Amino acid sequence: MFDVVIIGAGVIGSSVARALSKYQLKVLVLEKHNDVCEETSKANSGIVHSGYDAKTGTLKAKFNLLGNRMMADFCKKYRVPYRNNGSLVLAFEDEDIQKLDELKKQGMKNGVERLRILSKDEVHEMEPNLNDSVVGALYAPTGGIVDPFELTIAQAEIANMNGVEFRFNSLVKSISKSKDHFLINFNDEIIESKTVINCAGVFSDEINNMVSEYKLHITPRKGEYCLFDKEVGHYVDKTIFQLPTAYGKGVLVTPTAENNLLIGPTAYDVIDKRDSSTSPEGLKEVLAKASQSIKKVPTGFIITAFSGLRATESKGDFVIGEAKDVPGFFNAAGIESPGLTAAPAIGDYLSSVVAQKLNADIKSNYLDNREEIIRFEPLSIEDKASLIKKNHEFGKIICRCEMVTLAEIKDAIHRPLGATTIDGVKRRTRAGAGRCQGGFCGPRVLEILSKELNKDPREITKFDQQAILLVGLDKETL
Amino acid sequence: MINKDIVIIGGGPAGLAAAIGAYEAGNKDIVILERDNQLGGILNQCIHPGFGLHTFKEELTGPEYASRYVKKINDLGIESKLETMVIDIAPNLIVSAINETEGVIQYQAKAVILAMGCRERPRGALNIPGTRPAGIYSAGTAQRYVNIEGFMPGKSVVILGSGDIGLIMARRLTLEGANVKTVVEIMPYSGGLKRNIVQCLDDFNIPLKLSHTVTKIHGKTRVTGVTIARVDDDKKPIPGTEEFIECDTLLLSVGLIPENELSRKVGVKINPRTQGPIVTESLETSIKGIFAAGNVLHVHDLVDYVSGEAYLAGKNSVKYIDGLLNENHMINIVTQDGVRYSVPSSINPKNAEDLSLIRFRSTDVYKDAYVSVFLDQERIIHSKKKIITPGEMEQVTILKKWLQDRPINSIFIKIEKE
Repeated sequence: MFDVVIIGAGVIGSSVARALSKYQLKVLVLEKHNDVCEETSKANSGIVHSGYDAKTGTLKAKFNLLGNRMMADFCKKYRVPYRNNGSLVLAFEDEDIQKLDELKKQGMKNGVERLRILSKDEVHEMEPNLNDSVVGALYAPTGGIVDPFELTIAQAEIANMNGVEFRFNSLVKSISKSKDHFLINFNDEIIESKTVINCAGVFSDEINNMVSEYKLHITPRKGEYCLFDKEVGHYVDKTIFQLPTAYGKGVLVTPTAENNLLIGPTAYDVIDKRDSSTSPEGLKEVLAKASQSIKKVPTGFIITAFSGLRATESKGDFVIGEAKDVPGFFNAAGIESPGLTAAPAIGDYLSSVVAQKLNADIKSNYLDNREEIIRFEPLSIEDKASLIKKNHEFGKIICRCEMVTLAEIKDAIHRPLGATTIDGVKRRTRAGAGRCQGGFCGPRVLEILSKELNKDPREITKFDQQAILLVGLDKETL
Repeated sequence: MINKDIVIIGGGPAGLAAAIGAYEAGNKDIVILERDNQLGGILNQCIHPGFGLHTFKEELTGPEYASRYVKKINDLGIESKLETMVIDIAPNLIVSAINETEGVIQYQAKAVILAMGCRERPRGALNIPGTRPAGIYSAGTAQRYVNIEGFMPGKSVVILGSGDIGLIMARRLTLEGANVKTVVEIMPYSGGLKRNIVQCLDDFNIPLKLSHTVTKIHGKTRVTGVTIARVDDDKKPIPGTEEFIECDTLLLSVGLIPENELSRKVGVKINPRTQGPIVTESLETSIKGIFAAGNVLHVHDLVDYVSGEAYLAGKNSVKYIDGLLNENHMINIVTQDGVRYSVPSSINPKNAEDLSLIRFRSTDVYKDAYVSVFLDQERIIHSKKKIITPGEMEQVTILKKWLQDRPINSIFIKIEKE
């Protein structure tokens, strides 16, 4: 019997797991993919929102602010790439200034500090590459950018180091309540747990609806993005928003926490919750809208395009807390933007509610950190030299574009909840995330995975279990 | 810090020939820094024949071609360091590299030769819509899997782009047991050599679809197919011409990009057309003492040309060290009317060889047209060509004596119709 089963190992499930791992509880995370951070958490803007645009009084507003305020210290402590770069909402016409003022007022009501309306001259001085048609902006100095992969992975790692069990490739088929506990059916196994926490992203309505009569309805809302080479990563310094619409915060232009340039997303409701394809129309729209914000979109430097699905709940707010009709069943559902910002705060909140319900005590031996992660590329020549002396595998560069060494890749594989796939290595080390997109390092990373995991190269996948890369031996079919 | 007259970055065909060029010009204080575990570069995975017809007057495979140079390097006793990655070049010619055994190595060079080669353009650069499953490879990556590792990247294959590596891989994959369904090319002409189209596609009945492109990739975990469509004159897909092709693999052979991250970092001026350094007749870049040759400079069709060019760069690096490169009297080479770029971009008559090669590519396909060279207003070359295509590099030869007779400001290269 588990005390808690968490469904989903995205950023929310991982945050909840991290926060719960400090209690004396038996916790299991079920994830249908074979790694953490495989759906919405891996395909979003990576923004730490300041919190002006959620309606005052909503859970979105509350957890956005809480998350924003804890993010800097949190990321420093857990070695997650983060930068407090600030954000701008642009005005293109004089009447937009009025709308900025309303946003500012809402932000102040939400508790956002230091919001300021900038004049045309001020905003152009702050961001010289903005489009000339920009006439003013709302400046939010507390906005930031974060690496969404590491924010998820770091928290899952801490949870795992503190005894939380993760089972991957585990799709929950049904949940039923039996007197004082839950029966959870996944794959062909049934496990029991006193409580369940639903962190299933775009599928969180389906999980909720298995047990609760208070039905949720999530519409996946697709967002398409273009990612650019680091060479243009400093084209803008702040995160540049346009005025929000009913469908979201509009197309943004931002540096990422890893110094790429990112533009997007679109916002279209789709039917298929597994459809993360990009479209010609979507990419065209992203480029067109971004070109309203900045002088010139550096299209020659696009290195990839991707899309993600927002879990948009029909009532428009996060659904966080115990289901009214099912004691012991907790939701973190409908977590769309600003969900990434809010994640650590949602994890802290839900874990304290659940721990209280289970009368759990704090562990005495809780490890409140993760093992050191060494990034070779940013080090000085002297530090590089001494590092290679300590471990010669830092002297072997596997990914040339991002300068990722063998030592880093091996560490990513052997850490708690380490990488088992090419994409898993990429998200942990950035090998393959650069301008050649794994052209050179792909075969080498595959070889390292095969060796370190003691698997046949043909079993190594790009992601999950089915995304096989090598289909056989030469001449096998002749 | 190690003092070294000539530091060559890259031990592929360009680096090897540059080393021999320098050695034979009289300077033996050379080191080749190579990031892979053997010399020869990408030739090692090019196991097909077709190399060396110009250099050795015989047809060799890639590894055979490379081994002739490697043998010579060994015979001459030229130093090379393998599994050694250059991470920085400073403007004062300090080259920093790392490897597992020595950690960080720093050289104070008198001349540096850039010979880093090129890389393949990835999917993202084309922004092909659709999903992101396994089964999308650049042609060179697939070539490594098949030829070096012995694994098949797929069973039924569509190839986007008719560059030479794509064509070679169409044949290779067929011979290894895959079903290559079609090669799709967005341009109305192939980007590869004519001989490769005949020997790699026609001989195996693989259709080449010109003026077509891939408009969508299907499949959630592994590729299940691609949608292709005909394109109009602006290379935009024409609605209604879409066709679904079932396949488990999409190979991309959509162009090569000279790998100039190190060059850019040190401040070498780059030609936006070639994505390679702007060089003089001596293959010297905008930074004194830094030379460039091979695919890092501009993408070549034939390795033979790479070797020749790099040999010259090696030789000139020695002239530079010996103070024999004259730095004045540059004549600009201006490309116009159908000529996309030229290498070099300028000639100094004092430094020029008796016969100077200027290599260039056209912007489009021209039939029965003339390649013309003007010294200022005077047309000195007017040679008729049956066909000129961007896929085949062209060259003209300039005689040194033409440039010495009288002062010349510019050399113009253009394509003239009848």
